[in-house]
Amino acid sequence: MSEKIIIIENLVKRYPVGEGEFTALNNINLTFDKGEFSGVVGPSGSGKTTLLNIIGSLDKPTEGKVIVLDKNISKLSHKESAQLRNLHIGFIFQVYNLLPVYTVFENVEFALILQKVPAAKRKKMVMEALEWVGIASMANKRPSKLSGGEGQRVAIARAMVKRPILVLADEPTANLDAKNAHAIIKTMKELNKELNTTFLFSTHDEKVMNYLTRIIHLEDGEVDRDERR
Amino acid sequence: MIKFIFKAILRDKNRSLLPVIIISIGVFLTIFLSGFLSGVMTDVIDQTARFQTGHVKVMSKAYAENEDQIPNDLALLKADSLTQALMTEFPDYNWVQRIRFGGLVDAPDNAGGSKGQGPSAGLAIDFFSGKSGEVERLNIVNALIEGNLPQKSKDILIGFVFADKLKLKIGDTITFMGSTMYGSLAFESFTISGIVNFGVEAMDRGTIIVDISDARRMLDMENASGEILGFSKKEVYNNENANLIQNAFNAHYAQSTNEYAPVMIKLKEQNNMASLLDYIDAFSAMFVIIFVLIMSVVLWNTGLIGGLRRYQEFGIRLALGENKSHIYKTLLIEAVLIGTIGSIVGTIFGITATWLMQVYGIDISGMVTGGTMMMPTIMRAKFTPELLYIGFIPGLIAMVLGNMISGIGIYKRETATLFKELEV
Repeated sequence: MSEKIIIIENLVKRYPVGEGEFTALNNINLTFDKGEFSGVVGPSGSGKTTLLNIIGSLDKPTEGKVIVLDKNISKLSHKESAQLRNLHIGFIFQVYNLLPVYTVFENVEFALILQKVPAAKRKKMVMEALEWVGIASMANKRPSKLSGGEGQRVAIARAMVKRPILVLADEPTANLDAKNAHAIIKTMKELNKELNTTFLFSTHDEKVMNYLTRIIHLEDGEVDRDERR
Repeated sequence: MIKFIFKAILRDKNRSLLPVIIISIGVFLTIFLSGFLSGVMTDVIDQTARFQTGHVKVMSKAYAENEDQIPNDLALLKADSLTQALMTEFPDYNWVQRIRFGGLVDAPDNAGGSKGQGPSAGLAIDFFSGKSGEVERLNIVNALIEGNLPQKSKDILIGFVFADKLKLKIGDTITFMGSTMYGSLAFESFTISGIVNFGVEAMDRGTIIVDISDARRMLDMENASGEILGFSKKEVYNNENANLIQNAFNAHYAQSTNEYAPVMIKLKEQNNMASLLDYIDAFSAMFVIIFVLIMSVVLWNTGLIGGLRRYQEFGIRLALGENKSHIYKTLLIEAVLIGTIGSIVGTIFGITATWLMQVYGIDISGMVTGGTMMMPTIMRAKFTPELLYIGFIPGLIAMVLGNMISGIGIYKRETATLFKELEV
């Protein structure tokens, strides 16, 4: 029997807008199994990023229940949320968001420093992660010296270095050309198979969708279709 | 983690350079101005103590009441035994007798007439016993610009401005005319053995200095002394200590109604020194407080600007699993590192500038011409050990305080809002 790592029940998320409220997510019910390679798709403003932020414990539900790795997101303190992300969740962003003052190696290493991993072990883990994404030779370069594809590979290595159970990727190929987009998504697919890491994408990129085993279509904050492939 | 933060400080000049420059300038100014103020004020106090007040001074009660008029007719009698008693009771102080006197100096010409005359302020000290330390205390050897110290009775030193005015040179004879202790005419001729420049306008203008034995004979003050000055053997004025011995000494004569009974007065109670000493303390404290306030406000704003610039970084770090308190803590560690670097740089420059100002000083002789205040004509700073921390600690506090205030913004925003504002 597959292990459920995300359980979402009756999720509603509203934001105050002026005097009223804007409903970003409405009555979402979803579960995700360990090892899934799935994606949330939909037009801009459909609630994709909000859903990922709540699953990543960066935001709280207004109503309903979201259980991630047996933790109820609504009930986590700020510190517990940070710990959940630190230990078990990796983030990949549209614009890479590498820390410009640090080298590639140090950017990837940062997540392990937060986990207080000893220096020798850190070095081994970082180099391993850089090799997974094929940029070990660029370990000493600064982010400003990297191409878009290389930058996104560093971001993947940073998300994967701590061997998270769940990786949340928000539009990871939006700034990449077709060739790089395919290469990046292939790399993630390989890591998904090799490490059994669960990947959850937010995307509207056809190239990404072709690799996904499950696609959840969001429309105006509601699940329109849950398509398994 | 600290190593990681330090790397970022070194590499990101925008993050570190401006605060380091601000802190350095602030620390530099605090140290330099404190050193300069301390130097000038200490010089004024020191000169006043050495030339006029001592650290404590014993006079007759009546003399003390009219001290400005130098009333030698009210001088202390049996001064030698009183001095001996003071030495015995207060051995931590050096005790010396001095007589101040005023009169007219005449410079005779070769024809037996007068080539010039002028009012003089006389000072009689112990030159010849070799035990008083007065020559060193008044720095007379260094002040001599011509000639020698008095070697024998009736030798006299004269201020260089006075000598210029009367066209006097070494070996010339001058005649002093004044009043004895008992009101009769005092009349004595002296030979100029040296010309002095103390660098104090009030001293150089009309001063003559003779041995106290000559003054006693001339002024008919046998075994009498206008003043007995006490100087702490530590050579630094300590108000608490001066207060203790003042109270102890004056207690002996508290019941006496004799107007010739001795009374001891400490430096702080003479020549309006109380307000001067209080000014020094107040100004020093003011420098530090103003510095911390201004620097904190400036660094708060610098921190806010830096914080805004680094919102993206904070968002990434939140996503990586760092919690707000840890981010805040690392900001403060950064502040300590940057504050330490800035404070060290500012302290080095501040101490160097203070030292240079101590060695070379600023010549203000043109500004104090004609002045009567006992102040040096070269203003110098003074290096004291407290300068090593007087700027350093406030520099560090200001940087940390500024960052603490600006960093509160991290807490005021919800994680998701902060995350969104970062355009992550």
